[in-house]
Amino acid sequence: MLEPWIFIALLLGAGMLLPGVTIVANWLLAPKKPNPIKQSIYECGIETVGETYIQLKGGYYIYALIFVVFDIEAVFMFPWAVAFDKLQLYMVMEGVIFILILAAGLAYAWRKGVLEWV
Amino acid sequence: MLTLTQIVFLVAAAITLLASFMVVTCRSMVHAALWLIMALAGVAVFFVLLNAGFLAVVQVAVYIDAIAIMIIVVVMLTRHSMGIQDRQTNKTWWAAVIAALLMFGGLVLMFTQAPLLGAEAPALTMGSEALLEELGLALVDVDRYIVPFEVASVLLLTALVGSIIVAWPGRKSQDLEDQS
Amino acid sequence: MVAFLNDPFTWTGSLLRSWLEGLGLAPDLVTFLLQVVGAFVLGTTLLMLTFILIWAERKIVARIQDRLGPNRVGPYGVFQTVADLLKLVTKELITPTGADVIPYNLAPLLAVMAVVGVWAVIPLAPTLIGASINVGVLYIVAVGAIGTLGIMVAGMSSNNKYALLGAFRTVAMMVSYAVPMMIALLIPVLLSGSMDMETIVEAQSPIAFIILAPFAALIFFVSSLAEVGRAPFDLLEAESEIVAGFHIEYSGLKFGMFFVGEFLHAFTISALTATLFLGGWQGPWAELYPLLGLFYFIIKTSIVYFVVIWIRGSFPRIRIDHINNLNWKLITPLALASLIVAAIAEKVATEFGINRLGIHVGANAFLFMITLAAIRLNARGARSRVKANSVNKSVAASSGSSPGS
Repeated sequence: MLEPWIFIALLLGAGMLLPGVTIVANWLLAPKKPNPIKQSIYECGIETVGETYIQLKGGYYIYALIFVVFDIEAVFMFPWAVAFDKLQLYMVMEGVIFILILAAGLAYAWRKGVLEWV
Repeated sequence: MLTLTQIVFLVAAAITLLASFMVVTCRSMVHAALWLIMALAGVAVFFVLLNAGFLAVVQVAVYIDAIAIMIIVVVMLTRHSMGIQDRQTNKTWWAAVIAALLMFGGLVLMFTQAPLLGAEAPALTMGSEALLEELGLALVDVDRYIVPFEVASVLLLTALVGSIIVAWPGRKSQDLEDQS
Repeated sequence: MVAFLNDPFTWTGSLLRSWLEGLGLAPDLVTFLLQVVGAFVLGTTLLMLTFILIWAERKIVARIQDRLGPNRVGPYGVFQTVADLLKLVTKELITPTGADVIPYNLAPLLAVMAVVGVWAVIPLAPTLIGASINVGVLYIVAVGAIGTLGIMVAGMSSNNKYALLGAFRTVAMMVSYAVPMMIALLIPVLLSGSMDMETIVEAQSPIAFIILAPFAALIFFVSSLAEVGRAPFDLLEAESEIVAGFHIEYSGLKFGMFFVGEFLHAFTISALTATLFLGGWQGPWAELYPLLGLFYFIIKTSIVYFVVIWIRGSFPRIRIDHINNLNWKLITPLALASLIVAAIAEKVATEFGINRLGIHVGANAFLFMITLAAIRLNARGARSRVKANSVNKSVAASSGSSPGS
């Protein structure tokens, strides 16, 4: 039962190990002559003003939250879609109602002007 | 002799514990968020070991992809997210320690008394594919979980509307400011 | 020999297995070793594939723009990418001051891992799939989105304001486009009744899902293009605005790994589109000869990948507010609508015994008409608003300039 998951773990491991090995090879081959100017932030241009960790605007938070909401919706809908062959018509309509309730949320956000990028 | 499953479990448990410990002790909020992601990934490994592939994938899809990203965005909304020089404790730290110890002791007591330790896990009555279908059917069956299913949708709607009301300044007020 | 030609993958696997068991190893250990071999072969093949992908893309884009493209190193310039790699390998790895060293170095690895990991569940041929799990589709969503995390970590750890801004722009776009992508992914699951990628491919035996659900295929393709951050959605590296976005502080192969991840991701979404909507390895006699199935899969994937490059060569970069509007005001509502339409059409077809193909195509055509009408209505409204604005402005201008005349 766990066999496919072992493969996934191995493939994810390989996906990190192989680039890691090439980067290490790069580190071994490359010259290492650090100096403060070379390592300064945004070396080839004008340095930025102020702290790097700026405060983001609130819009990003709402996008992230809309994503969370629809992500959870999809997680609920996937078992419904898997069982689709066995569902009766009214059960399908319940799924549709589930979608429509969330679509109302999207419509509310749209109406409020949240979806405009400023 | 440990089996492969047990080794994986021990490693994942150690990583999860370490990561959760770092979440609460880290000084930088960004680092704490990254440790939190590691702890959540450890939990996904537990789900795989429990033969609950669906929950493992949901754990990654919901917690690591969606909620962790939202937490990082929220961290970036605060000021000085990188280095906080304030003290991490306050005057009532001893009360928190006592509460945590009581909670931990109670949990340990409960687990040792419950007949779960050493019990053989019951075999699954159906394949994992059929289980997933059963879950889907149960969610929309009138006799089973249809009400929680639709209420979940309403809950998500509430979260969406609530966050917009709290976090959105509103276009009208901005426009007025621009005009004035 | 005949057995090899019939099914080389199973044949090679059983040969290796019998050889290893002949050495006196336990069967469990042999399985594990075979999986290690399989994982590393798959991972290495994918990373090596990037050489060809980058060359092909540069060559095709050059032809679209009426240039020659790389043509010096090797025949038709095929070894250009190898030369580029050799150059990158000898570049100094510069870590900017104030960078968060561990996340900074981990981010490129995460970006590659997320892409390579997706290939575990893609059926390459009837008998060739890395991990046959029953939650394959959700796995793709979950693992693919780890790449978003890699970008975010890269932007936050390099201690550069441009990188940070670029990363968060990217993340906002990626999470936005993940919404219609997931909804579009529900449709093949619904039509085949399974999240297992193998079952989805098998369910497309008579009719591929692109015919039953053309809207879902289009939405999935477009939103995954945005997920990859490919042109025309490549504003995360808009040079004029945020220099190069999240990877500005990376050098040498650490930068190269983001590059590899991006190209491989573009190929991966081509493979996913081919698998989920074009029938994967399905084709004449594919079941009999798995090698032929692999061939069909590669052909279909290459065609989709060509379209990806074609789009890159044809469309200008979209402005960020337009990207945002396109997603939230067109693609996401359309995805929700097409999911509802597909669900009802599929159920009505099975309940009342109506022709499945006919009702799906009809429903999608109906949806297409409505979408077109909505877009036209919206465009008309926008035009009249612009016209009213310009009239107001000209009135204001003429009244304002009257004292001078």
